Amino acid sequence: MLWDALTLQLGYNATLVAVGATLLGVSAGVTGTFLFLRKRALVSDAISHATLPGVCLAFMVLVAFGGDGRNLIGLLIGSALSAWVGLLCMTWLTRHTRLAEDAAIGAVLSVFFGFGIVLLTVIQTLGVGRQAGLEGFLLGSTAGMLWADALIIAIGGAATLALVMIIRRPMMLVAFDPEYAAAQGVAVHRIDLAMMGLVMAVTVVGLKIVGLILIVALLIIPPVAARFWSERSDRVVLLAGLVGGMAGYLGAAISASAPNLPTGPIIVLVSFGFFAVSILLAPVRGVLAAVLRHLRFQRRVHIRQGLLAMAQDQTIYEPLTLRLLRRAGLLRADGVPTDAGRARAAKALRDEKRWEIVRADQTHEATAALYDGLRDIETVLTQDQIDEIDRQIGGPQEVRP
Amino acid sequence: MLDLVSDRGVTVEEPQPENSPLAVRGLTVSYGQKPAVFSVDMTVQLGALTAIIGPNGAGKSTLLKAALGIVKPLSGHVTVFGQALEDQRARIAYVPQRASVDWDFPTRVIDVVLMGLSRQLGLLGRIRARHMARAMDCLNRVGMRDFSDRQIGQLSGGQQQRVFLARALAQDADLYLLDEPFAGVDAATEKAIIGVLKSLKQAGKTVVVVHHDLATVTDYFDNVFLINTRKVAEGPVAQAFNAETLQATYGGRLATAQIDQISRALG
Amino acid sequence: MSGAEFVPLSLTPLLIGTFAAIACALPGNFLVLRKQALIGDAISHVVLPGIVVAFLLTGTISTWPMMLGAAAAAVVAVAMIEAIRRLGRIEPGAAMGVVFTTMFAAGVLLLEQTDTSTVHLDVEHALYGNLESLIWLDATGWSSLLDARALAGLPPELSRIAATLLGVSLFTWWLWRPLKISTFDEGFARTIGIRTGVLGFALVIVAAIAAVAAFDAVGSIIVIAMFICPPAAARMMTNRLETQITWSVVFAAISAVSGYVLAGYGPLWVGGIAAVSAAGMIATMSGLILALTALFGPCRTRTGERVST
Repeated sequence: MLWDALTLQLGYNATLVAVGATLLGVSAGVTGTFLFLRKRALVSDAISHATLPGVCLAFMVLVAFGGDGRNLIGLLIGSALSAWVGLLCMTWLTRHTRLAEDAAIGAVLSVFFGFGIVLLTVIQTLGVGRQAGLEGFLLGSTAGMLWADALIIAIGGAATLALVMIIRRPMMLVAFDPEYAAAQGVAVHRIDLAMMGLVMAVTVVGLKIVGLILIVALLIIPPVAARFWSERSDRVVLLAGLVGGMAGYLGAAISASAPNLPTGPIIVLVSFGFFAVSILLAPVRGVLAAVLRHLRFQRRVHIRQGLLAMAQDQTIYEPLTLRLLRRAGLLRADGVPTDAGRARAAKALRDEKRWEIVRADQTHEATAALYDGLRDIETVLTQDQIDEIDRQIGGPQEVRP
Repeated sequence: MLDLVSDRGVTVEEPQPENSPLAVRGLTVSYGQKPAVFSVDMTVQLGALTAIIGPNGAGKSTLLKAALGIVKPLSGHVTVFGQALEDQRARIAYVPQRASVDWDFPTRVIDVVLMGLSRQLGLLGRIRARHMARAMDCLNRVGMRDFSDRQIGQLSGGQQQRVFLARALAQDADLYLLDEPFAGVDAATEKAIIGVLKSLKQAGKTVVVVHHDLATVTDYFDNVFLINTRKVAEGPVAQAFNAETLQATYGGRLATAQIDQISRALG
Repeated sequence: MSGAEFVPLSLTPLLIGTFAAIACALPGNFLVLRKQALIGDAISHVVLPGIVVAFLLTGTISTWPMMLGAAAAAVVAVAMIEAIRRLGRIEPGAAMGVVFTTMFAAGVLLLEQTDTSTVHLDVEHALYGNLESLIWLDATGWSSLLDARALAGLPPELSRIAATLLGVSLFTWWLWRPLKISTFDEGFARTIGIRTGVLGFALVIVAAIAAVAAFDAVGSIIVIAMFICPPAAARMMTNRLETQITWSVVFAAISAVSGYVLAGYGPLWVGGIAAVSAAGMIATMSGLILALTALFGPCRTRTGERVST
């Protein structure tokens, strides 16, 4: 069943949804990356919640003029307008009052959403009996999606993607360093608004499939997951698009393969799956890699400190240092250094003295900056340079292990 | 061989750690993969004005923060008046670097100073007239009495710095730790602050200051602690603060001309 | 309107709405000042999965398991956000976005998978609650306030939210000084021995308890609005924390009362027939108050430099 779904063989409607969800995932992932890198991920939450009053007002206007209240284009235009008003309110609050952005986001999202709920109940009391479709915008409803709806989503998604590609450079510049961008003559405020406009477009396009509460997930989770795999912004953008697209496609397919699997939540959970794998297993930024790195580093620090203490006949109190030294065979169980330990300790102490000379000498300035208490001096200086330093120190030559 | 290479930096007249207001042993702190402070020992002398000196990024503030338990060290331990830090908190007052508070916070100057009395007040103790008087007195000592009703963000940088010093004074501690109190302040503030620090010393208190202006070290301080990730030297200014130790601390980063100038000033 | 009409039909929803609004606004002051306003948003989203899981485990729709489930979900969410923020070095906003959307999606999915046809459990109810239905049928007028038999018939939501408000107020009063100091200057707070990590977590837990209790009565949309709008509006009125708290309580109460009244009677005044959502209206009113203070409040603009985070 799942295989049929994955190969788009579950019928017309399921195929439409899968194609639409994939396109939506790609454009949300790509657009969301800029938002995430600008550290404003949750702005999307305000934008998406602010669509609700617009949807309701558009419905009321459509009905008042005798049209079909469920006309998707009409509803999407309404949602875009009210999301834009919400966005302007939020920007105004952060620029002209003392509110921080998080408070402005929360205020706009709760107030607009609350007002939307008021309008929803007004529509219910109007007794038109055709409002059922509107609740679908909260969580998305792909049942009975029409060809025309899919077309709107496809065109909207593709258009957003094209726009992102056109203004990606200034957006990245602003996300990385807004002050530098301003100095370069980039209109930072306008680029920010354009970025938000694109987020709004993705939100509006995604209302039908995942709904306004969960569209935020598609804008945030794929970029966050992608960030773990690359330090290059252009790759993060591509990866986020890929993750978003795959989540959309897989989510839609899984949702079509069995009853009671709503499309929106499944897509979100699939993207979270990608995120979970990324945060745990990514090679450099992943948790597993970081834990291993930290343990290795801690071990180096403790051994080095222990060796220096041993070389100066100081007592070592740190239990971890003692344990590590014993395990490395540098210290006997009774606390007396082994021969290997003695040799390494002497070498460590001599290296410290060498570093001292290097750091006091202006001709070695670039090398001195590399000092971190751990680096072996052989990795930064040639044997000739080390010999020269040893001549300055004088005294006995190092004991070779 | 051991007397050939002194690894831990020059220490002149090693004071006894048991009596020291602040003693640090084998302290290593790292942010990420590079230690900011590596295996440092420090013994602060009771009743002295001590400057912690070193180039940018040499771990001066980190040393102070780790000694106070604000950042977690990778290894090493700290004693305050010979005991564990937690038991002696009431005897320490700390003045942070300017950037670390929320300047937009709804609070007046006098409220900030009253925060210094919070250990004395406990959780629910009422602020009485004598607490108020004490806070005003502390403000007076830093010359900020007339600003007590202002919101903290409405003051200039130097004035803010003085308010935080007043808060530390209100704590009535035995050990005062100040992180770059003179950074970016006006001359009037610098004068006010150093005046207060010297009066603290006269009252038998111990003061440790992270400092960056080499030109004023001899005027302001009794002792210096030179650090560049490792400890370089520690002791009375007259002995531990000289061209050699400065060269070792700053390396190529300090112009030779500057060092010459300072050595001339030192005589 | 006479007491005979007002007391049974409007008194309890008004009180519940007001108590809920104040219980959220109190911790909201600190959340807004700590730039953690959206924790309230995150908590109110994860209440849904908490309730659904509690229902699946107990099989009943009784109150206490559900409130426990919701509180547990809030704790899980906060822990996950912290873990992602620290372990993955992801900025707090994005970490929150990952966690609450995922948990909400899981809640919706579980709800769809479960047969809830026999119980009243759906997403809409979770969002806007049903303040209007919390009436006091045993009351006949003001005299019922002294009548033990009638008092026994008060909606249980009232006593729960009143107890929560009391608890939240006690927490704020008791830990006032550490909360204030650690919000203003965390580094200093630590040097005088305040355990800022524990305190910050306690604040979030108290916020979660307020959110869950309020949610039980009025739905999650009010919860987010009350965490943020009254404290934010109050911040525009004063530069003193004590005064700010007072304003936030006043604004929360005004939002609740005016929102409830407008939702119930507003449509009648403009010729409508039935009431609109009280929860939505309360959120809307709090937004209007915020807009007014943002335009005219005496302390609406920044004084200090912005804190870089």
